[in-house]
Amino acid sequence: MDKITTIVSKEWAEVFKNKLVLFSVLFLPIILAIIPLGMLIAFDRIEGFETEMNDPDMMRLVGQMCVGLSPTDCTLVYTLNLFVLMFMILPVAIPVTIAAYSIVGEKTTRSLEPLLATPITTVELLVAKIIAAVVPAIIATWLAFGIFLAGAWLLAPPAVFAVFFDALWLLAILVVAPLLTVLATCVAVIVSSRVSDPRVAEQLSAVVILPLILLIVGQSVGLVLIDRQLMIVLGLIVLVLDIILVYLAIRLFQRETILTRWK
Amino acid sequence: MIHTENLTKSFGDQVAVDRLNLDIAEGEVFGFLGPNGAGKTTTIRMLTCLIAPTSGRARVLNYEVGRDDEQIRRNVGILTETPGMYDRLSAYRNLSIFARLYEVEQVDYQVEKYLKLLGLWERRDDAVGEFSKGMRQKLAIGRALLHEPQVLFLDEPTAALDPEASRLVHDFVAELKGRGRTIFLCTHNLDEADRLCDRVAVFKTHLRVLDTPGRLRQQVYGRQVAFHLGGPAELFLSQVKSLPFVDQAEAKDAKLIVTLDDPESRNPDIVRALVGAGADIQFVGELRYSLEDVYLQLMKEDAPAAG
Ligand SMILES: Nc1ncnc2c1ncn2[C@@H]1O[C@H](COP(=O)(O)OP(=O)(O)OP(=O)(O)O)[C@@H](O)[C@H]1O
Ligand SMILES: [Mg+2]
Repeated sequence: MDKITTIVSKEWAEVFKNKLVLFSVLFLPIILAIIPLGMLIAFDRIEGFETEMNDPDMMRLVGQMCVGLSPTDCTLVYTLNLFVLMFMILPVAIPVTIAAYSIVGEKTTRSLEPLLATPITTVELLVAKIIAAVVPAIIATWLAFGIFLAGAWLLAPPAVFAVFFDALWLLAILVVAPLLTVLATCVAVIVSSRVSDPRVAEQLSAVVILPLILLIVGQSVGLVLIDRQLMIVLGLIVLVLDIILVYLAIRLFQRETILTRWK
Repeated sequence: MIHTENLTKSFGDQVAVDRLNLDIAEGEVFGFLGPNGAGKTTTIRMLTCLIAPTSGRARVLNYEVGRDDEQIRRNVGILTETPGMYDRLSAYRNLSIFARLYEVEQVDYQVEKYLKLLGLWERRDDAVGEFSKGMRQKLAIGRALLHEPQVLFLDEPTAALDPEASRLVHDFVAELKGRGRTIFLCTHNLDEADRLCDRVAVFKTHLRVLDTPGRLRQQVYGRQVAFHLGGPAELFLSQVKSLPFVDQAEAKDAKLIVTLDDPESRNPDIVRALVGAGADIQFVGELRYSLEDVYLQLMKEDAPAAG
């Protein structure tokens, strides 16, 4: 345990000295929290957007989401929903950046060999690398969502606020997001073992974002609606993927493999 | 302390280390010499449980490689071929991380001790990325010693160092030897091996020779004595060659070089013979070959067989 904390604090000390990493860990969450709040403020001032909601297909789709809401509030909820979905990008983007720099960086400076010569077990080392990437990502996601919630509480009508302070979103942010972080980190660990440039590792691993983007696009064109059931299914899929990927990462994270096959 | 039996490592079809047998005693400084690609680093990696042998066995500190790996890692120190430091972190931080990983009890005390010993204490708060190659190498040596290992593996410790820093490392090794540590030293610096090592092995995939530097010299060149004469040595060559105990003799300008088994008892006979033949002897001395000469000679003998 002591060894894991040593490595985790080392990772943080090192990786956060890198401006690119710092940027993605700090800047992205801030942007994602601020944009929807800006929209709330703007919505307050613009009039006559109820008309958009007259499309019957759209009405049917969002119907269940808008139970008991005025058409105006419903539009607000619908639009904000898309932005809040983007919060789910954070649990992918942040750990991927950290893990890519922490592993590829260690490869290029050749510091893995002395590290592997110490009595640390490879599982401890892997766990430390995963924690180092996962924890800041979860904190950043929660903080960003917290800021958004606080803003929505201040700025939005209570009925709209209630939609976000609801089981669906709490489930998404408190449970699915951390699971997603682990998934993205494992993908980054696996990808990082094969490439020698942290930027490449980052971009390849970020492919994990694609299904999320599809969901967001799907909802924005009215193909799917993310509701509680779908979120639970998503959470379960991610959980299963997590188990598979952690297993694969442990298999890959062997001393000899790291030294002789990681180039 | 270190014992190997037919230790072998192949990478695919390529055999890097072939049936290596070594027996290294406690407190010994053991030199491991060989050309680039000989398999030295591979051997160290097997003995420090970083990669698994393909076949054969090895014991380090009476622990079995492949079974007691964690015990071995805990009790040996390794200076890897490339120092591999965390460039963005300070020298102090770099060492304290490793002290913790090695479960050192007094982390700060040990880190301070080695930073001071290596002359890096003043720079302790500087990021290692700003260090020169030699400073990084010294720091890496300190890192290998933090947990006071019984056995130390050094992979080319002076490769990047200036003469002064090399001297520091040599003194260090000598001091560690004085404290009873066992040291496995890979080096291309034959002068270093000659001065520091109790025994040296010349290795190129297979073990070629293994002995003390002194005996290796003798094995390769025999013992040679040079008689410096007042005039051309050529004139006396046949005279000396006709002596029954002389194996070989050659004349080089004014020098007569004679190969003998036992110069202590035979030199007076040769001197008498030369004086009797009218030679003026200026002085007599045994030729000292450097370990480098021995090594190059061994590699030369090796070349036709390998090619
Ligand atoms: N990971 C690996 N995969 C394939 N072959 C390898 C690997 N590591 C080493 N080898 C091969 O094993 C042989 C021995 O390499 P090694 O690094 O042990 O040599 P060395 O004696 O340390 O050389 P040098 O003096 O250059 O450091 C070389 O032919 C090398 O190509
Ligand atoms: Mg080597």
